[in-house]
Amino acid sequence: MTEPAASRSLVIEREMPHPPEKIWRALTQGALIEEWLMKNDFEPVVGHQFSFRSTPVPGWDGVINSEVLMIEPNTCLSYSWGTMGTMSVVTWTLTPTKAGTHLRMEQTGFRSEHDAAYKGATYGWTKFIGNMERVVEGLD
Amino acid sequence: MVMIPDMQAQVAQAATNHVFAALADPTRRAIFEHLARDGEQNVRALTARAGVSQPAVSKHLGILKHARLVRDRRAGRETHYSAQPQALKPMLDWMGMYTAFWHDRFDRLESLLKRMDQ
Repeated sequence: MTEPAASRSLVIEREMPHPPEKIWRALTQGALIEEWLMKNDFEPVVGHQFSFRSTPVPGWDGVINSEVLMIEPNTCLSYSWGTMGTMSVVTWTLTPTKAGTHLRMEQTGFRSEHDAAYKGATYGWTKFIGNMERVVEGLD
Repeated sequence: MVMIPDMQAQVAQAATNHVFAALADPTRRAIFEHLARDGEQNVRALTARAGVSQPAVSKHLGILKHARLVRDRRAGRETHYSAQPQALKPMLDWMGMYTAFWHDRFDRLESLLKRMDQ
C-alpha cells in the first residue's frame, strides 16, 4: 500500500492589488490574522508553537495546533496545521507583480496526526481517523 | 467579531449526520474498527472483544447499521456484521472541506486589506 494521504496538496492563488508588505502584515500580526482567519496566539518566530481557535462544535474542539516553520519577511511564511486527526503544512508565498501581489497558499500533507507523534486528549478519535484513512484509501 | 467559519459549518454538518454521531462513542469506534480490520463477525465474537454486555453490543451495532457503517447478514440463527468503511469517505474529505474554507478566507483577507491603511 502507498503511503497514506502523504502527498496530497491544495493550492489557492490570487492576485491582489496590494503591496506584499501590507499583505505580510495581515498574515503575521495576531490581531489582523484574527480578522480574516481565526483567533490565535501567533508570533512571527520560527519554532513558536501556537494555536488557532474557533468555537467548538460536537465532534471538534475548534482548535488547530500549529508551529511556525519558516519565515522570510514579505516573501514566505509556513506553519504546521494539526486538527481533527490530520497534520498538514500551510505555506504562504508572496510575489510582487505590477498590479500588486500574487498570493499563493499551499496546504500539503494531510497526514494522520499521530504519525507525527501527536499525543493529546483526543488521541482515541485521532487514532481512529488515522486508521480509517488507511482503510478507506485501501478501497480505491 | 468572528463569524462561523466555513470549515466549522462543515464540521457541524458532519457532526449532525449519523456517521459522525455513530462514531462519537468510543465503544462503537472500537467495534467498527475491529470489523473494518478483521472482517465479518457475529455478535458473540464482537461481545468477547468489546468489554460490554451482548445487549449493549447489539444496541451499538443497531446505531452503526442505521448510519450505514455496518451491514448485517443473517445465516440461520446467527447474524453476521461487516464494516462498510466507504461510508466514512465524506468525513475524511479534508481536501474538499479545506478548498471551501480557504476560498472563504481569501475573500475575507481581501476585504480586510481594503479596510487597512497602506
